[in-house]
Amino acid sequence: MQVSKEEILHIANLAQLELKDEEIEKYILNLQEILDFANIVNNAPTEGLDITIGANEAKNIFRKDEVKTFDNIEGLLQNAPEQDKHMFKIPKVLD
Amino acid sequence: MDITELTVHELQGKLKNKELTITQINEAYVNRIKEKEPEVQAFITELTDQGMKQAKQIQNKIDNGEKVGDLAGIPIGIKDIICTKGVKTTCASKMLENFIAPYDATVMEKINAEEMIDLGKLNMDEFAMGGSTEYSYFKKTRNPWDLSRVPGGSSGGSAAAVSANMVPWALGTDTGGSIRQPAALCGVVGLKPTYGLVSRYGLVAFASSLDQVGVFTKDVQDCAILLNVIAGHDEKDTTSVDVGSKDYTKSLQKDIKGLRIGVPKEFYGEGINPEVKSCLETAIAKYKEMGAEVEEFSLDIAKYALATYYIIACAEASSNLGRYDGIRYTYRSPEAKTLKEIYKKSRSEAFGAEVKRRIILGTYVLSSGYYDAYYKKAQQVRTLVMNEFNKAFEKYDVIITPTSPTTAFKLGSKSNNPMEMYLADICTVSVNIAGLPGISVPCGVDSEGMPIGMQIIGNKFCEETIIKTAYAYEQETKFREKYKPTFKK
Repeated sequence: MQVSKEEILHIANLAQLELKDEEIEKYILNLQEILDFANIVNNAPTEGLDITIGANEAKNIFRKDEVKTFDNIEGLLQNAPEQDKHMFKIPKVLD
Repeated sequence: MDITELTVHELQGKLKNKELTITQINEAYVNRIKEKEPEVQAFITELTDQGMKQAKQIQNKIDNGEKVGDLAGIPIGIKDIICTKGVKTTCASKMLENFIAPYDATVMEKINAEEMIDLGKLNMDEFAMGGSTEYSYFKKTRNPWDLSRVPGGSSGGSAAAVSANMVPWALGTDTGGSIRQPAALCGVVGLKPTYGLVSRYGLVAFASSLDQVGVFTKDVQDCAILLNVIAGHDEKDTTSVDVGSKDYTKSLQKDIKGLRIGVPKEFYGEGINPEVKSCLETAIAKYKEMGAEVEEFSLDIAKYALATYYIIACAEASSNLGRYDGIRYTYRSPEAKTLKEIYKKSRSEAFGAEVKRRIILGTYVLSSGYYDAYYKKAQQVRTLVMNEFNKAFEKYDVIITPTSPTTAFKLGSKSNNPMEMYLADICTVSVNIAGLPGISVPCGVDSEGMPIGMQIIGNKFCEETIIKTAYAYEQETKFREKYKPTFKK
């Protein structure tokens, strides 16, 4: 499968990345090379095998739904690039 | 006596006999860090001042006759991907350059409960993506055996710091070989536990179905001691498994008569350096001499596993790293005006090239039209890999392979060729795909004096067996008495 420039731009957009022109060229080549290698999975003898999503047995783990307070509010907010009145601040979303 | 040459169990002996104090031990390490950090570059954040304060407090307790634990005051280094409350956790990324975790990872709570002393946060590839530690935003760590070479990665800072005696032991993480490969390249012991044995709570996520916290130590006995500290079920990590409490030091036995060792021939073929291969063959002959039953068999999964690994790990990473949105985790692009620009510009400016490459690959394999051909197929191959290992463990107690196809390579020799860097993980990724435990122990050096690692793979939750297998070999061959890092320039 050949990776096109349009495809890379579409993928970058999905991933919320802005690519410079030289990055586009580089990532097309990289992605092509890695996908050519990754295609080997299609030769693996997987007829009739189920998919595995995790390393251990997939089962639901339950616990009581109890409220626990996390009191280090300052600790959380110190990582906010911008904050106001104990809240994470972002620009206006709706006009 | 050079204190920093000693293992933790040797330090414990000398503390007990009053030959050493906690203050002396920490002073020795702090001085060693001062001396060696300029050339090794293993630390992102040094905590030597607060470490010395803690050491004095613990020493006071001891002097006042208060009872302290067996590991109280023993220094440790922590890979900078494990959250430490009140101290920066950067993941070696510009994105988290100023991130201070508001809580401790569960493994840190356990380390702190032992009153161990964290002397610093150690360098790594950005978000643990890489095999050489060259993809760190901050610095390039050097291999203490030859400063012109890489220490391996992604936990290269942890491996180099232990190898250079800057800490007696360290924590790392392993998603595709990130503990075992740098341990091999730096001539130390590295253990990746079974998926689920150690809590991942507070570990910054890369690929959640593969990530596991593990240890770097100078010898196998220390490895068992530190595993005792960090293992255990944690309700904050629903993938952690309750296997009851075990004492891994009970596995430190030399008698391995009748141990069934499987040697998968495909892991000794194309791409494996001849010197690495011959060193492993000598090690396997030693096991035979010691009474193990060795058999060659076919485990033809390495190439499939590597491709599967890069599909699954990148897919999970592209999703996990979605949280870095320029809003909650310290970095926001100064150029951004709108919400959309905050996402895009912050991510584009603060992620390094390799991280972007993997996000792009991961997004691609998950995107409409390619999901079935890559991601779903990789998940089926994952089942295949697990089945093949299950079959092997019906016949063998352990499987032995090289840890890395080569010894440490020169800085800059692979960093511009992603595919070549990925091939360095060929021996280790299968273990993560199947969720198995694996340990790397040093088994010799090549003609240039660079260490070679042997990987011992066990069945799920059979850490005791691989520890015993590694210990018996180590006691018989005494690598540490024969070889030492030379800091060659």
